[in-house]
Amino acid sequence: MTMIFGIPLQAFLGQLLIGLINGSFYALLSLGLAVIFGLLRVINFAHGVQYMLGAFAAMLMLQYFGINYWFALILSPLVVGLFGAVIERFLLSRLYKLDHLYGLLFTFGLALTLEGTFRYLYGASGQPYAVPAQLAGGTNLGFMFLPIYRGWVVVVSLLACIGTWLLIEKTKLGSYLRAATENPVLVQAFGVNVPVLLTFTYALGAGLAAFAGVLAAPVYQVSPLMGSNIIIVVFAVVVVGGMGSIMGAILTGYMLGIAEGLTKVFYPEASNIVIFVIMAIVLLLRPAGLFGRDA
Amino acid sequence: MRKTLLASLALVLASSTAFAQNATGTASDNKIKIGILNDQSGVYADFGGKSSVEAAKMAIEEFGGKVLGMPIEIVDADHQNKPDIASNIARQWYDTEQVDAIMELTTSSVALAVQAVAKEKKKIDIVTGAATTDLTGKACSPYGFHWAYDTHALAVGTGGALVKQGGDSWFFLTADYAFGYSLEQQTGDFVKANGGTIAGSVRHPLSSTDFSSFLLQAQSSGAKVIGLANAGLDTSNAIKQAAEFGIVQGGQRLAALLFTLAEVHGLGLEAAQGLTLTEGYYWNRDDQSREFAKKFFERTNKMPNMIHTGTYSAVRQYLKAVEKAGTDETEAVAKAIHEMPVDDVFAQGGTVAKNGRMIHDMYLLQVKKPDESKEAWDYFDVLDTIPGKEAYMDPAKSGCDLVN
Repeated sequence: MTMIFGIPLQAFLGQLLIGLINGSFYALLSLGLAVIFGLLRVINFAHGVQYMLGAFAAMLMLQYFGINYWFALILSPLVVGLFGAVIERFLLSRLYKLDHLYGLLFTFGLALTLEGTFRYLYGASGQPYAVPAQLAGGTNLGFMFLPIYRGWVVVVSLLACIGTWLLIEKTKLGSYLRAATENPVLVQAFGVNVPVLLTFTYALGAGLAAFAGVLAAPVYQVSPLMGSNIIIVVFAVVVVGGMGSIMGAILTGYMLGIAEGLTKVFYPEASNIVIFVIMAIVLLLRPAGLFGRDA
Repeated sequence: MRKTLLASLALVLASSTAFAQNATGTASDNKIKIGILNDQSGVYADFGGKSSVEAAKMAIEEFGGKVLGMPIEIVDADHQNKPDIASNIARQWYDTEQVDAIMELTTSSVALAVQAVAKEKKKIDIVTGAATTDLTGKACSPYGFHWAYDTHALAVGTGGALVKQGGDSWFFLTADYAFGYSLEQQTGDFVKANGGTIAGSVRHPLSSTDFSSFLLQAQSSGAKVIGLANAGLDTSNAIKQAAEFGIVQGGQRLAALLFTLAEVHGLGLEAAQGLTLTEGYYWNRDDQSREFAKKFFERTNKMPNMIHTGTYSAVRQYLKAVEKAGTDETEAVAKAIHEMPVDDVFAQGGTVAKNGRMIHDMYLLQVKKPDESKEAWDYFDVLDTIPGKEAYMDPAKSGCDLVN
């Protein structure tokens, strides 16, 4: 049997694929964070909670209204995006003229409050959410047994990442967004409603997090803690990728997912710190991140 | 540069979500004060958590809120599964708040740390939430007790049942701390003593969300049984993801070595059906257990597992011991706890060994299929009763220096 670094090739390929699956969640989440930071200059600590809300929205929709996974995949991001828009409009937008730290503290407080509320209502263990029947089961790839749902996660999140990148880098709306960040006063003078653009951006970021949440619901328990479990890793991804760099966030998400997956084979005990070790090294050598421009 | 600075600040902030809940209550001497210290917000919050505080209150109410004419008070705090936080709270409780006994102590690393503090300060601690046998082994205390279950009982119960059914090669997924090691080692020893083999093991960090890498390693090991030497949400996630990766369909069996009613409820019968597990209490076992469970349900909206009921039993027995000793002085109360048999809804004919181990019967349970469950929370069939003497380690072999 072919061996790579002392483990069989088949096992190695399996782990690589699993890294890619986890990387998909990291990429989707860090993408939303990067969009919000890049355009609003807000360090959105509520991102993990928005992810959690996405999963809960899907579960509650199923429980109370019988709305299935496919509709939840669209509806839940809309609901959470709307919630994000309300938060941005009435609370967050008041903090833009202050130091970034205020935005961070506000979203952090919001995250703690919401997480605490859900923990009070639903307990910490979380609730199950079934894999949709169309995606149940798995297929044997020869080197590993791939649950179809996980394959779907990789494909869909890749599409969502590319779509968002195209929206911001290649469309007219995206160019307004980018211009509004560079010079809001000038863009406003051209007749573009900048505050609405910013609200839309925050809602987009929140919606992306919720989308990831719905994708994650069948894989993990829908639990109030799911957001805080992942948010710190996602921040590390954004830092490694370069704050504000959208493509950087996507690529780094996948890369770190794979790095983490491989650590689980070679030295499992270190699997929850490997991302932070990489972050420390990157910050030492390239303080602006792998894909960031020096500020 | 500023951006990265902010980002690192953000990370520091996030990693210290630390929010120790401060204990309330005032200091006084003519009071019996019991502290419930457990995980109320993390991976083991449903395992015991705030509901255990209710269980403790139920025991206190049975005494009319008073013993020997002294009022009984209760305080509780969230230790966040961190031994340093737990030790600080324990010190504060024992030193400045006149807490007489600390109970529950979920998470083995926490229980070991707090029992050391209690021993040093000559105070009572009764562990119901943690599993490691070290608590009544090399770390035993003359004032420390281990009440509900331990890794040995789980190994004998769940491990034994699976070996009997032909599960003779094992691969372990182990939580990377004291409890996981202890559970893996004792189950492994038990499997080997019965002619089985250990194909390998992998250690995962506490509260992992993704087990697929580890499961894949377990799958490729070809072992007949995958032993989950972890607990709480970790076990639930591992079971759920094992189903996804076709592990059970592939012919391998899962052994959730520490799994209780609370986790089965979270996981749902669909995913949990067929699992074999060991608990010291099951609410739907007889009339007495049902009666207690009903009262508990009215207060917490959930049925109790062995941790909740164990905490109730520990508080009740402690108060009875104070009554018998006629004082709340540590030596006298500890002596009374050692001498008195335990007879309540949790344990029938339980005895307390010299090393502090409360020896009582354990139950081997199997999770029902969804269509076999007649009512909400009706989750288990009782397969077997494991007599206390078999379930628990012989105190003479425990390595505790209090046993001659």
